[in-house]
Amino acid sequence: MLRFILTRVSLVVPTFIGITLLVFVLIRLIPGDPIETMAGERGIDPVRHEQMRKEYGFDQPVLVQYGYYLARLVRGDLGRSIVTHEPVISEFTTLFPATVELGVCAMLFALCFGLPAGIVAAVRRNSIFDHGVMGVALTGYSMPIFWWGLLLILLFSVQLGLTPVSGRIAVQYFIEPVTGFLLIDTIIAGDWGAFRSALSHLILPMIVLGTVPLAVIARMTRSAMLEVLGEDYIRTARAKGLPTFRVIAIHALRNALIPVVTVIGLQVGVLFTGAILTETIFSWPGVGKWLIEGINRRDYPVLQGGTLMIGAIVMIVNLLVDVAYGLINPRIRHTR
Amino acid sequence: MNRSILLAAVCASALVAAPAASAKTLIFCSEGSPENFYPGVNTTGTSFDGAEPIYNRIVEFERGGTKVVPGLAEKWTISEDGKVYTFNLRRGVKWHSTSRSFKPTRDFNADDILFSIERQWKEEHPYFKVTSSNHSYFADMGMPKLLKSVEKVDDYTVKITLNQPEAPFLSDLAMPFAAIQSKEYADAMLKARTPEKIDQDPIGTGPFYLLQYQKDAVIRYRAFPAFWGGKAKIDDLIYSITPDASVRWAKLQKNECHVMPYPNPADLDAIRKDPNVQIMEQAGLNVGYLAFQTTKKPFDDVRVRKAISMAIDKKAIIDAVYLSSGVAAKNPIPPSQWSYNDSVKDDPLDPAAAKKLLAEAGYPNGLETDLWAMPVQRPYNPNARRIAELMQADLAKIGVKAAIKSFEWGEYRKRLQEGEHQMGMLGWTGDNGDPDNFLHTLLGCDSAKSASGANIAKFCHKPFDDLVVKAKTVSDQAERTRLYEQAQVIFKEQAPWFTIAHAVQLKPMRRNVIDFKLSPFGRHIFYGVDIKE
Repeated sequence: MLRFILTRVSLVVPTFIGITLLVFVLIRLIPGDPIETMAGERGIDPVRHEQMRKEYGFDQPVLVQYGYYLARLVRGDLGRSIVTHEPVISEFTTLFPATVELGVCAMLFALCFGLPAGIVAAVRRNSIFDHGVMGVALTGYSMPIFWWGLLLILLFSVQLGLTPVSGRIAVQYFIEPVTGFLLIDTIIAGDWGAFRSALSHLILPMIVLGTVPLAVIARMTRSAMLEVLGEDYIRTARAKGLPTFRVIAIHALRNALIPVVTVIGLQVGVLFTGAILTETIFSWPGVGKWLIEGINRRDYPVLQGGTLMIGAIVMIVNLLVDVAYGLINPRIRHTR
Repeated sequence: MNRSILLAAVCASALVAAPAASAKTLIFCSEGSPENFYPGVNTTGTSFDGAEPIYNRIVEFERGGTKVVPGLAEKWTISEDGKVYTFNLRRGVKWHSTSRSFKPTRDFNADDILFSIERQWKEEHPYFKVTSSNHSYFADMGMPKLLKSVEKVDDYTVKITLNQPEAPFLSDLAMPFAAIQSKEYADAMLKARTPEKIDQDPIGTGPFYLLQYQKDAVIRYRAFPAFWGGKAKIDDLIYSITPDASVRWAKLQKNECHVMPYPNPADLDAIRKDPNVQIMEQAGLNVGYLAFQTTKKPFDDVRVRKAISMAIDKKAIIDAVYLSSGVAAKNPIPPSQWSYNDSVKDDPLDPAAAKKLLAEAGYPNGLETDLWAMPVQRPYNPNARRIAELMQADLAKIGVKAAIKSFEWGEYRKRLQEGEHQMGMLGWTGDNGDPDNFLHTLLGCDSAKSASGANIAKFCHKPFDDLVVKAKTVSDQAERTRLYEQAQVIFKEQAPWFTIAHAVQLKPMRRNVIDFKLSPFGRHIFYGVDIKE
């Protein structure tokens, strides 16, 4: 198992270096100069423009800039935002807990509804339930996040008044961030009103962000389960007279989970992508909204740092997924 | 930064024990996070709004207007030659005492004025590079060249000497970039080797002090009881950061905020129908225009420029693109700007006459040109691409084939300033409420000659330039008004632009918000505003 993990980790390092280079080059391929973008209609005097380019190091050849960037990166320095002049790492760490909180809740929502829906759809193949679940899953998968978010706000917040419109907590609560995760911080503060408020603010963004992963997980679980349910050993288990629940939950589901776990790992990337839009609609103060602003303002350090950190996190999650395969199915450890 | 502000906020909240819920709280659904809380290096309205409650300036714009009124200076005198400004400063002005790392021991005085100006002006100043050396507005308003000296006469008198007379100087000092910071705080932080703290954990003399800032979520301010102008009518001011316009509207409906900026035009009908909501509107201090490159053929001929102006259906553009959020522009300055010349007649829509003019200019079969359209939405132009298409169709009727071009926004503006275009759309939002900021900045010869100037028409017409240059040096407003009115007449005759529209500023708010005044600059100022319980 250790060897298996080490092999996986050794693949992560070159991928990480590849990401740094890709991010660095791609951002510079986007048309637009951050200094010009900052100037707006006013324009900028060429002498001052040059001074600022020098100050930010943009006057150097791209490869030299990349070298400096890597050197700083090794020391854990992601640079300072051109717009706010704050260290990128401090902005990221301030905002990241909000994204994680939303992402984890969205994933839990997707798993809680997606897995059972997929299993039941497979067990009751071709039933109305199966067609219904798959129809809803397809709709959910095709739903543009922006439209879906606004629709839910209009229905649940504006018309029915059941949920707050946006934000992370009602403005009258003044919670001191300890972990950055509001659900935890409100418990630490012992303020149950604030906890309820934070929870109610999570509902709609969680549903919106979790819809696509839910649809994917439900579909993938269904197809994996269908495949496994047709296997000989399932027939044997049934023939042995095992209860249906045991056959499905123990014999079928564990084997069906491998492709599902792969998909769950891949959905982490999807969650980050979805978070960009979800956070914008729900005024959720996470890294997604921060990156959008970074793109609009051509804030290179923010884009580089933010993308790199997210890339690293997605890689780590996928590494953990690889390790999880080994735990779910020991054959994988031995064959690789 | 956020953590330090937060800790300061916690300390402050411990001192001020009143719970927020029982206080009078106004919630403003702002459109974004400020860049930081030091307006000297900021460039966006969102950032200026964030710093506005905290700071004062030497002079201020009156609430809801462009008139300059006393701020930290009670009164001032201007020398005969218009070069020396002597300010008598207000006494007993207190600094906020909410910073975690510093407690002020003295009131505001002349040292603070000198510090705040020199910090942006002198490269050798220890604070010049703190936070950023890019003091954008200070440079853009021409301060480095304009200032000769800033002297402290005594603790409550400051003398500013200019290199040449500059009538808009007072207006410049009322702009957000000229916010006054505490020298005592700056010295203390320099000594503690944390100079950036004065911008991250700011204190000012303004009506509210900063309580908490959580990036992309919320900014909390509390009324400063010792404010020199008297305590604000509201106790707490909260900016609930909400970037999406439709969501802002949903929050306003649900009473989750009291005031919202920049409504989505598609929501306007619903907003107007809501009995709990009122909309304040005012033609903004802005103009959207199509500039003709007057040094290039065929637009070096005024007849061609006039012909194009007479061929485009302005009303159709405003109806189709601006919807109810724009008014037709005939002058280069907006109607809310003093010296606006309402007697100027706009060019009529007359394609037949336009065709005739083109023939007279030597283009009986029409001509080919480019037509540049911005790739982005701007406050003065909601959809340049759509406007370009409408213009293209109108121009085709008089035989002008216009090819629409666009570039990435920064590149677009740069190329326009270099004069690469033949016809190009752009616009302007006023900075200081002075006509000079439109007429000289956008149409003067100095700006036309510079590759980075804002005069993208490259219009340099001596009779016009003489008027706007003279108006800069005259301090009598009646005389300046006369000069600017004449300049607008010449502008119309010469037609360096086809003036499109002035975007209307719309501000939906709950009906229980009392005495909110629209700022012509689009700022949001909550001192003086009240909430009906």
